[in-house]
Amino acid sequence: MEAEEVKQKFAGMVGEPIVNVVEKGSIKRYAYAVEDPNPLYYDEEYAARSRYGTVIAPPGFFGWPAKPGPMLPKLMLDLLNGLKEAGYPNLLDGGIELEFMVPIRAGDVLVSSPKIMDVNERTTKAGTKMVFGTIETTYINQNGDTVAKARQNLICLPGA
Amino acid sequence: MAKQIFYEDIEEGAEIPALTKHITRRQLVMWAGASGDYYELHYDKDFAQSTGVPDVLVHGRLKAALLGQLITDWIGEEGRLTKLSCSYRGMDLPGEDLLCKGKVTKKYVKDGEHYIECEVWTQNPKGERTTPGTATIVLPSRGR
Repeated sequence: MEAEEVKQKFAGMVGEPIVNVVEKGSIKRYAYAVEDPNPLYYDEEYAARSRYGTVIAPPGFFGWPAKPGPMLPKLMLDLLNGLKEAGYPNLLDGGIELEFMVPIRAGDVLVSSPKIMDVNERTTKAGTKMVFGTIETTYINQNGDTVAKARQNLICLPGA
Repeated sequence: MAKQIFYEDIEEGAEIPALTKHITRRQLVMWAGASGDYYELHYDKDFAQSTGVPDVLVHGRLKAALLGQLITDWIGEEGRLTKLSCSYRGMDLPGEDLLCKGKVTKKYVKDGEHYIECEVWTQNPKGERTTPGTATIVLPSRGR
């Protein structure tokens, strides 16, 4: 498969939704790993008195796993296999764009769906071909509100 | 927690109080577990070196989280982070100080909300910006 075919096949596709409960224990572990001592993430009594009324998730945490590494959706696996076939087996994480609409509270049930926004082959000034991709994941809570979006930028480098 | 800041207190060009992090290998392991990113590049030195990098690397998403903390520490509980983006431009290694910094680039009122836009970045000991990005926040106003 050529990179252009990968684009034709995958751009615009939406993956299977994943349901995730944002557990307060997982919030604590995440904040602890960041070494962020904000009591909104740990202290239930403090958080109850705050404007949020409960423990909230730090920015970028949407329940475990934060990145769907251990349970990569089938769509993503198919995309990566397609890119491998097209001669781009080396995947780099290029960056992230996060958008926050509604605070994420402990106990929220988030449904997330990844969408492949774009897959573009480009040639750098140095003459190296690369593929740039964007995956947008939308998170919707139990009230039907879109709470956040995460756009992950992928860079795929050529290789054997 | 820092005391609450208001829209009127913030000037364009103002610096966000810097946050210094000293990322250890132990923290990378904690992050792997807490985030669910088990890629060996971030905790297995032999594996990392086999890919051509000098040592295990700090996760990009952890650096994004540090920039998140930079902002939430600054804006206080009445402030709201609405957008945060960054590119994983340079490699960061454990054992080094990682400085999280930012600067206000723009302030404006839209639909009754008081917005501040900032550039944010992580900086390595050589002074290189390894994770440049931007953040948009909404602050409370003294006018209300």
